[in-house]
Amino acid sequence: MWRLKSMIYPLILSASLLASPIWAAGDAGMVKTLKGNVMIERGGQRQNASVGTPVQAADRIVTGADSSVGITLQDNTRLTAGPNSTLDLNKFAFDTTTHAGTVDASVKRGSLAVISGKIAKATPQNVRFATNTVTLGVRGTSFIIEAGGEEK
Amino acid sequence: MDALIVPAIALAAYLFSQPVASPDRIVLLPDADGTIGALVVTGATGEQKLDRAYAALAVDGQGKMQAVSEDAASVQQRYGGLLGAQPPHPTSFTVYFASGSSTSLTPESQPVLEQLKSALAQRPAPEISVIGHTDRVGKLEANDALSMQRAATVKEMLTAAGIRAVALEVVGRGEREPLVPTADEVAEPRNRRVEISVR
Repeated sequence: MWRLKSMIYPLILSASLLASPIWAAGDAGMVKTLKGNVMIERGGQRQNASVGTPVQAADRIVTGADSSVGITLQDNTRLTAGPNSTLDLNKFAFDTTTHAGTVDASVKRGSLAVISGKIAKATPQNVRFATNTVTLGVRGTSFIIEAGGEEK
Repeated sequence: MDALIVPAIALAAYLFSQPVASPDRIVLLPDADGTIGALVVTGATGEQKLDRAYAALAVDGQGKMQAVSEDAASVQQRYGGLLGAQPPHPTSFTVYFASGSSTSLTPESQPVLEQLKSALAQRPAPEISVIGHTDRVGKLEANDALSMQRAATVKEMLTAAGIRAVALEVVGRGEREPLVPTADEVAEPRNRRVEISVR
């Protein structure tokens, strides 16, 4: 029994640490529009996305042919991926009281339309988008990224 | 015959492993309200700033950037499907408390609940943030708590009125976002409000 306990206590401790992050807890955003085949990869698992599916930091979003997905993040940033796209939401954090936060996303292939949100207004230095060849700093705006190359 | 086939397969494999990549493209768009933001794009050969509507760059596989020409029509033609798939613009409604009350709204605020219901019905997977605000009388921390209480009160009203959403969160912005900018310690009723933000 003592062996079991000694294994469980660290688990409880780490679970309670995970439950109280510095930033607002929970999901980074939610799928609002969807066409065709869209998968979300999280922790090595793949699941089909649908309207209402939550999106979290560290998720990879993959769209198929003739497919698209529109995601609204908690700070009202809107990310829309076109067909045959791979989007990594590397980091997301948002303090709802101060509006400080971080958005970090990479377009590995395909296309992405972005309408920036509250974080880009409050802490634009913490908003970063990237392709395999360039990084983008954002000063409160809307834009399109098309990644022409192969996935790396 | 076999000797001829082998090089052909080798060449095909080479072509597939060395795709002629089309360049990455970055296009700055005007915001919905017509304002133009800016992008700073950093590649292998330095930094380029985009700050005009439809300013665009092509970037080759080595990160070399070149300005390219885009306009509203070319963007619509190339990216119309992508732009049409964007989630709806987040919207918000503001309610004010009756003078001296923390539980009843002003008469003008009453129709807001019906407008909110209609907005929720039109949106895919709507989420609500109930965001409390204060004026600048009192300390920052006290106003954070007060704005949170106001938001919690409105959340209860929404729940009691049968408002349902995928998520309903309560946020206190304190005195950080006054509707009417004032000096510190100025009483301003228009800043004592709760914003119901729908995304």
